[in-house]
Amino acid sequence: MINAVGRDIPEKVLQDLNMKPFAGTYARNGEEYRKAAPKVRAWMDPKESKMLDSIAEAVKKCGIKDGMTVSFHHHFREGDYIVNMVMEEIHKLGVKDLTICASSLGKAHNPIVPMIEDGTITNIQSSGVRGQIGEAISTGKLKGYAIMRSHGGRVRAIESGDVHIDVAFIGAPTCDCYGNMRAVGGKSDCGVLSYAYVDAQYADKVVAITDTLVPYPNIPASISQVNVDYVVVVDEIGNPAKIATGAAKPTTDVRKLMQAEYCTQFVINTPYFKDGFSYQTGVGGASIASTISLGKIMKERGIKMGLGLGGIAGPMCELLEEGLIDKIVDTQDFDLKAIESISKNPNHIEITGSEYANPMNKGAYVNQLDFVILASLEVDTHFNCNVVVDSNGMVTGAQGGHPDTAAGAKCTIVIVPLLQGRTPAICTDVTTVTTPGETVDVVITDYGVAVNPARPDLLECAKAAKLPVKTIEELRDMAYAITGEPEKIKFGDRVVGVIEARDGTIIDVVHQIKDYEWD
Amino acid sequence: MDVLCASVAGTLESSDAQVSIEPGNGKLDLTIESSVLNQFGKQIRATVLETLDRLDVTNAKVTVIDKGALSCTLKARVEGAVFRASGYTEDDIAAGKKLPWGGAIR
Repeated sequence: MINAVGRDIPEKVLQDLNMKPFAGTYARNGEEYRKAAPKVRAWMDPKESKMLDSIAEAVKKCGIKDGMTVSFHHHFREGDYIVNMVMEEIHKLGVKDLTICASSLGKAHNPIVPMIEDGTITNIQSSGVRGQIGEAISTGKLKGYAIMRSHGGRVRAIESGDVHIDVAFIGAPTCDCYGNMRAVGGKSDCGVLSYAYVDAQYADKVVAITDTLVPYPNIPASISQVNVDYVVVVDEIGNPAKIATGAAKPTTDVRKLMQAEYCTQFVINTPYFKDGFSYQTGVGGASIASTISLGKIMKERGIKMGLGLGGIAGPMCELLEEGLIDKIVDTQDFDLKAIESISKNPNHIEITGSEYANPMNKGAYVNQLDFVILASLEVDTHFNCNVVVDSNGMVTGAQGGHPDTAAGAKCTIVIVPLLQGRTPAICTDVTTVTTPGETVDVVITDYGVAVNPARPDLLECAKAAKLPVKTIEELRDMAYAITGEPEKIKFGDRVVGVIEARDGTIIDVVHQIKDYEWD
Repeated sequence: MDVLCASVAGTLESSDAQVSIEPGNGKLDLTIESSVLNQFGKQIRATVLETLDRLDVTNAKVTVIDKGALSCTLKARVEGAVFRASGYTEDDIAAGKKLPWGGAIR
């Protein structure tokens, strides 16, 4: 069945997953539903301890068996040890057919690939995957489907009961004996535990894993004792050097600086750039550079940001310290500066994944965004973005908050170089749609700026900013003139992955890759 | 244009290609690896074969390891590798000897 972004979703996939094709970004607006709820084991006896000796004991106590769903968060990013430690113990029990429901998975989790191959893990639900897990999915080694959800979409799926988590394993930088978890103060600080909050609320069993047990009570807690069954202390929950990196050097790449300048000029020429505006940006070189150059203009004009949202990195925290931002509202920290900021600055505040981006609660923060600055692997002539599958067809990225913020913001800006090596980043049709073009307003490249025809108001802003305005087709043609027109990738028949729209419908599918055919 | 010795041109850096050439067994034997094979495999092959044809290379074993090079880069790397396999040295050029293929490089 052809969905609202023109992608053919096979009937078999719709039936297998009991899902509907994507019908438009706001198609489910106003829909009413009843939330799911976990099974809770009452913990009345004050003499009972929640402390367990090991992950192995936790895995047994939680009664993990075939076909269950276990969940993880990704706040430790590429420094995470939790997933591998837990899965190793589950693997030892010989349990099969598990679903992993993670807020994201990365290269740090390459060691679980053999468990995909031997049938321990048969379904993966994640924002995305990188490295060998992506290859395992794309080459058809995962028996079931990989479902890719945005950060907001994952919360929606859990709260609405589309997925039920049997056991949540939550790595906590600090925890007390009764399960109060905080993201700061330990050996492996990650700043916030935003994406794990929903797991704690909706999983039947919740296991806190920490390397820093602190005196009771560990408050204010990101995740409260009332949702936690067990506490396990291990030597290390992560590698701090990979959880948070030092300050990234501002880019010196002239193309990125030029794109950053285009972005800033565009932003300040829109009516949304006024005192109290709200803003989210990423951690790419051009995004960081545009935050820095925007900060200078804010200072010159005496315009303050009311809300800085999202995954947070150092440059936003510097603007907060300079008094140019009122509040930073945070769901993930990308560097040491951000972690330091949230632990010290009372105007830098942790929120949950639901508050951030859940499309079907009673209103998420993303809906209040004026601007979001995003990157993308590919953007097509319909303004659709692809951030999950590379141009060779391999699963290699993550949705993150991309579709959530694009849907929420009044002005969604995507900064992308015209070419990524020989691959044209502006193309006729993206390999896989993750963010629908109807939510993408402006595309900024090093060769010019294109505005979605649905936004003639923003086209006027781009012209007022004296930017090199092109149509998206002109940008594509410039790219193809340099690289040659790429061949359409030939995939195998089997669907190995599903790109879930944030409202729980299918926006696109990912097919198994196959060997290149020369003729 | 005869391939007299083994040669290499180019690097494995992103957006470059490494082209190696060896004397052949009476025919042209081409192997291509590429990070953008699925999108550009046939165009890469066409570019390499056209360039070899222009240089009149018909008896060689040619290996291309492409890291997303543009066509102009590929052409230059093939020409460089062929030149290095042609037995000509910088001294020959300094001595005023003509390049073996005359105006074939474009």
